Amino acid sequence: MAEVLVYVDHVDGAVRKPTLELLTVARRLGEPVAVYLGAGVEGAAEVLGAHGAGRVLAADAPEFAEYLVVPKVDALEAAVKAVGPVAVLVPSSAEGKEVAARLALRLGSGVITDAVDVEAGAEGPVATQSVFAAAFTTRSVVSRGVAVITVKPNAAPVEPVQAAGAVEELAVVFGELATGTRVVSRTARTSSGRPELTEAAIVVSGGRGVNGAENFSVIEALADSLGAAVGASRAAVDAGWYPHSNQVGQTGKSVSPQLYVANGISGAIQHRAGMQTSKTIVAVNKDAEAPIFDLVDYGVVGDLFNVVPQLTEEVKARKG
Amino acid sequence: MSLRIVVAVKYVPDATGDRHFAEDLTTDRDAVDGLLSELDEYAVEQALQIAEAADDAEVTAVTIGPEDARGAVLKALQMGAAKGVHVEDDALHGTDVIGTSLVLAKAVEHIGFDLVVTGMASTDGTAGVVPALLAERLGVPQVTLLSEVSVAGGKVTGRRDGDVASEELEAALPAVVSVTDQSGEARYPSFKGIMGAKKKPLETLDLSDLGVDPAGVGLGGSWTAVRDATARPPRTAGTIVKDEGEGGRQLAEFLAAQKFI
Ligand SMILES: Cc1cc2nc3c(=O)[nH]c(=O)nc-3n(C[C@H](O)[C@H](O)[C@H](O)COP(=O)(O)OP(=O)(O)OC[C@H]3O[C@@H](n4cnc5c(N)ncnc54)[C@H](O)[C@@H]3O)c2cc1C
Ligand SMILES: Cc1cc2nc3c(=O)[nH]c(=O)nc-3n(C[C@H](O)[C@H](O)[C@H](O)COP(=O)(O)OP(=O)(O)OC[C@H]3O[C@@H](n4cnc5c(N)ncnc54)[C@H](O)[C@@H]3O)c2cc1C
Repeated sequence: MAEVLVYVDHVDGAVRKPTLELLTVARRLGEPVAVYLGAGVEGAAEVLGAHGAGRVLAADAPEFAEYLVVPKVDALEAAVKAVGPVAVLVPSSAEGKEVAARLALRLGSGVITDAVDVEAGAEGPVATQSVFAAAFTTRSVVSRGVAVITVKPNAAPVEPVQAAGAVEELAVVFGELATGTRVVSRTARTSSGRPELTEAAIVVSGGRGVNGAENFSVIEALADSLGAAVGASRAAVDAGWYPHSNQVGQTGKSVSPQLYVANGISGAIQHRAGMQTSKTIVAVNKDAEAPIFDLVDYGVVGDLFNVVPQLTEEVKARKG
Repeated sequence: MSLRIVVAVKYVPDATGDRHFAEDLTTDRDAVDGLLSELDEYAVEQALQIAEAADDAEVTAVTIGPEDARGAVLKALQMGAAKGVHVEDDALHGTDVIGTSLVLAKAVEHIGFDLVVTGMASTDGTAGVVPALLAERLGVPQVTLLSEVSVAGGKVTGRRDGDVASEELEAALPAVVSVTDQSGEARYPSFKGIMGAKKKPLETLDLSDLGVDPAGVGLGGSWTAVRDATARPPRTAGTIVKDEGEGGRQLAEFLAAQKFI
């Protein structure tokens, strides 16, 4: 059966959820072969195998951490040559997209970015994209070369399926460009202990209406009662009330949770671009005319400082 | 020695307008007014700041697109770029990211460069991959998604704030840099800038000037193909209540009914 390469996104050996989703997608197209770069393949291979990866091609070299993007492209290129896959799937992170694009160019292949779904088709994989701030849904194919597709989080469920997860060494020869951009230092983000924004089933966001960094505790309290991630609008981020890594929207993260709760957010097109595909949307805003209300399944016109704490109390009470 | 900076600027349909696809499934550019992609304003700003910090530097703005796309270059000239280049050719209609990067690379080589500055992503295609592709084509380092950038001593350094970590990057020139909207407010063109822009050189090139084979670009030359595009069905009108003291509890009731609590 045809093989499909899946690029593994991991943090120090911990495989991130979007990669496990990709293994589900890959099984629709063929047999998944995972490509793992960096240290810690032993533990990761077990997880990858438990989600359907028959083979795990692994390479470890200091270049992957010390230089930007290109060493990973060299490795994926080697993996494509070794396997001859029908498609290459890469998680749609900022780095994943760059790796995929450069790989595609080298292979003489087209690249599709930010797919929200991928299905097998007569002409090869068909990728669905949600474009123009989610106003349109397109379906596209790669018409030349091996399909290289980057896939967004939540495109498919994580499905445990036991496969061998057999680790094989991948030989990589780094090209001249590999050491072009040096990573001089790296500071890891401190975890908030809350779910990862793009992976969370529920996202609770605050905007300019939250009116101050200290008031974000109101948003966080609701998020914690629901086991949700915290998001913010760009207005709140630009004001310095919340970190940029929590920004939802065109230039922030795009999220697609089961439930999105927008508090004190007007619903500008650039914000909508990042949350419009959420399954259920609710909003609290004191302005009945706010455009966010055009999107909601349930909206409360009111002051968030009254509504949100009451909601939080009620959630806690109901959860016992 | 003078520092040659090229900034890539894209002309896009206004995101606040009603954007559509044309019948051939390319962006309908007639339906909505176009403008310089707002994210490329940050690129122009950083290009200008890098030039201002250097002893001797020149910023050239380049765009690829139909006749109107000239507007993107004009805006960059108004902001302070010294020269403009507009690549216009009917064969470009429907070009994908691979083709765009090919034409941009040829244009940048034609202009001559030590540094290419781009936005983090366009506001229409939003692929965010043209800078990386450009670096691959030009055979120079990519120093991308920077929220802070500086150039000194033949090197570019910057900070890339990623998903899981923040990285300090460094590369020797020539290089391709892309900047995010965290890199600093973009300036508004001054009256003097607007008047002065009219006198600045703005060169128009076609594919033959750049030695690009038209077969490798456009809808036919693309390595990807859109099969269909459908408008997202409008959301069914939701329930909206006014908070009269029970808004939070009412919302909780809704969430419970939906099994979120
Ligand atoms: C190129 C570009 C990229 C962008 N990218 C993003 C992005 O990624 N993400 C993003 O969010 N934005 C982005 N923006 C900015 C976007 O256009 C809006 O400016 C921003 O989303 C507004 O944030 P907001 O809704 O919090 O603020 P506002 O629009 O000011 O809205 C605040 C809302 O809070 C309500 N409010 C105030 N007080 C209360 C209260 N006590 N209780 C209840 N409601 C209250 C008000 O009625 C109002 O509706 C981008 C813009 C550009 C040009
Ligand atoms: C809705 C939509 C979806 C698309 N999906 C795909 C896809 O999946 N695969 C694919 O191959 N193509 C796709 N395309 C086509 C692609 O977006 C265009 O080819 C585009 O010109 C380049 O990509 P981008 O706009 O996404 O650029 P990005 O990679 O997002 O742009 C980054 C930067 O590159 C520079 N730049 C980009 N284009 C130009 C230009 N024309 N002139 C000057 N500078 C420029 C700018 O500095 C910009 O900030 C899509 C287009 C649309 C409208």
